[in-house]
Amino acid sequence: MSRIATKFAALKAQGRGALIPFLEAFDPDRDTAMAILRGMPGAGADLIEIGVPFTDPMADGPTVQKAGQRGLKAGASMAGALGMVREFRQDDAETPVILMGYFNPILSYGVARFCAEAAEAGVDGLIVVDVPPEEADEIAPDAIANGLDLIRLVAPTTGEDRLPKVLSATTGFVYYVAITGITGTRSASTDDLAAAIPRIRKYTDLPIAIGFGVRTPQQAGEASRIADGAVVASALIDGMVATLDPQGRATPATVPAVLDRVRELAESVRQG
Amino acid sequence: MNHTLPNSYRQGPDPRGRFGPFGGRFVAETLMPLILEVEAAYEASKKDTAFQAEWRRLLTHYVGRPSPLWFAERLTAHLRKDAAPGMGAKVYFKRDELNHTGAHKINAVLGQILLAKKMGKTRIIAETGAGQHGVATATACALMDLPCVVYMGATDVERQQPNVFRMKLLGAEVVPVTSGAATLKDAMNEGLRDWVANVHDTYYCIGTVAGPHPYPAMVRDFQSVIGTEAKAQMQDAEGRLPDVLVAAVGGGSNAMGLFYPFLDDASVAMVGVEAAGRGLDSGEHAAALSRGRPGVLHGNRTYLLQDGDGQITEAHSISAGLDYPGVGPEHSWLHELGRVQYRAVTDDEALAAFQLCSKLEGIIPALEPAHALAEVLKMAPAMPAETIILMNLCGRGDKDIFTVAKHLGENI
Ligand SMILES: Cc1ncc(COP(=O)(O)O)c(C=O)c1O
Repeated sequence: MSRIATKFAALKAQGRGALIPFLEAFDPDRDTAMAILRGMPGAGADLIEIGVPFTDPMADGPTVQKAGQRGLKAGASMAGALGMVREFRQDDAETPVILMGYFNPILSYGVARFCAEAAEAGVDGLIVVDVPPEEADEIAPDAIANGLDLIRLVAPTTGEDRLPKVLSATTGFVYYVAITGITGTRSASTDDLAAAIPRIRKYTDLPIAIGFGVRTPQQAGEASRIADGAVVASALIDGMVATLDPQGRATPATVPAVLDRVRELAESVRQG
Repeated sequence: MNHTLPNSYRQGPDPRGRFGPFGGRFVAETLMPLILEVEAAYEASKKDTAFQAEWRRLLTHYVGRPSPLWFAERLTAHLRKDAAPGMGAKVYFKRDELNHTGAHKINAVLGQILLAKKMGKTRIIAETGAGQHGVATATACALMDLPCVVYMGATDVERQQPNVFRMKLLGAEVVPVTSGAATLKDAMNEGLRDWVANVHDTYYCIGTVAGPHPYPAMVRDFQSVIGTEAKAQMQDAEGRLPDVLVAAVGGGSNAMGLFYPFLDDASVAMVGVEAAGRGLDSGEHAAALSRGRPGVLHGNRTYLLQDGDGQITEAHSISAGLDYPGVGPEHSWLHELGRVQYRAVTDDEALAAFQLCSKLEGIIPALEPAHALAEVLKMAPAMPAETIILMNLCGRGDKDIFTVAKHLGENI
């Protein structure tokens, strides 16, 4: 069983959902991002999503856009992001790691080479925002061959007619984009989520995580109970940015601020 | 003639929106259902005679089509002066700069806004570089009583002030975009982000033959009115096909519009002219085909300016309309097939052509077609005098006079 499936099965046995915090690779610099990544499991992260910076992140709002720009300025690259995962795996063999990003950096790296090296580095799943099911054959064969889960996005706009098509090709878990919109802008209401998730469950037995607009511990707790997991990105990045010095560099407060927030989120998720 | 010949260049895209390996639909799932909806609506509109009639009516009575075909006699005489005896091609302009709003952009905008209405969309968004597409979209929205939001890079807002004011007069909201280099690429990112957030009521009116399928094909089809008219007009003027077509390539819509109806006419050569900015080796240019490599951006696979890590690099051109690090996917395909040749012209060469055209023909061209003209000036003297070059004069230069004045050191 893959690390992702094992993790969700274990959490199900515990009767709770997953907390999936996000960090952007190399934001604000490699060492700080690495310290945050290393600290996340201890702070209560069940799975971790790492964003691979791209110059033109069309599904992201200003918070993640700027995180990517800081990452790129700090020297982020695909090889650099994989290097972070490799280092993380030296002392964590259990926490699933998902890379989230856009297709062009993968294409540029070489799809086959990327999938092979990602698997070798200890990556468990991929979310490639701009590769919908219609373009899946661009990456699915290499991902499958290397045992990487290809986690698909389902959006509020994904109608019942499309759901089987989207879900049939998904492995690992399903990522429900809670709003029609970009990251870090709006939040879905509990009612909307409570209506949306059963609609997806009709077509899949995979775990479902909710992302986009999950900010507070309360929202994370609710999302993890309505679905099987909650992804928190912009709120963590905003918290981190508040600790940076005027030049945008990390301070001693940076790593603890992010991990404290992860702890608060985890506590709420664990109250399930 | 335009039946599906086995090796026709006019068959693309395939059902996946691919021109060979290029094109496609690389968008987030949130947009995917809407893209499919646009495709279905567009396919239906092709067979909808009322739709087609309304678009044609607007082209005739609102835009002023057909645009004239003009034999640029003084320009031709000028370039023959230094040519060898019997040399110096005959140059014609397809005068899309005479269109209402001053460029070819309006052709595809009217088609798209009619489509948006047919789809029941009540809000229009667009990106713009030079401002020509923004002005055209704002114009169509004024005419059809639709709210319009135009995303424009802050750099472009600065250098295309007249068009910013025009859009405001027309009732559009112009949103300056400050992310990235604050030019056309970043405006397109913001357009896509707005669309993702407002899919229920909004139509995204894309200004060139880029974006996810069906946009490259749809914009090309609407712009093909240029080439279709020119073919008939050239038949009347010369009794034959032109020998060479020349057009500027930003995203590539005016070029596709001119080229497409001629693609299967083997005797017709085609040249697309990219912006070489400060020179192809300066690192400051917008020549995606000449110096880029294939990648995925803004919903399609195509040639892009990018670094070794697949990060998109900034384009540069004196012309805001050419200042884009990508190019429409059909151009990438035609480039690899060798059906169209792509060359590049510098800022300085375009500026010189801009002035020459003004003085010799009494036509102030936009900086974008001034790039095409600069290439014509390079190639025509070496061609036999019977050769006919047809260049797309796709926009007028009113919007550029401030930029040009600044480069010439004049204060206006
Ligand atoms: C007059 C004119 N020509 C050309 C272009 C470039 O676009 P395309 O390559 O799609 O024709 C623009 C874009 O703004 C323009 O305004």
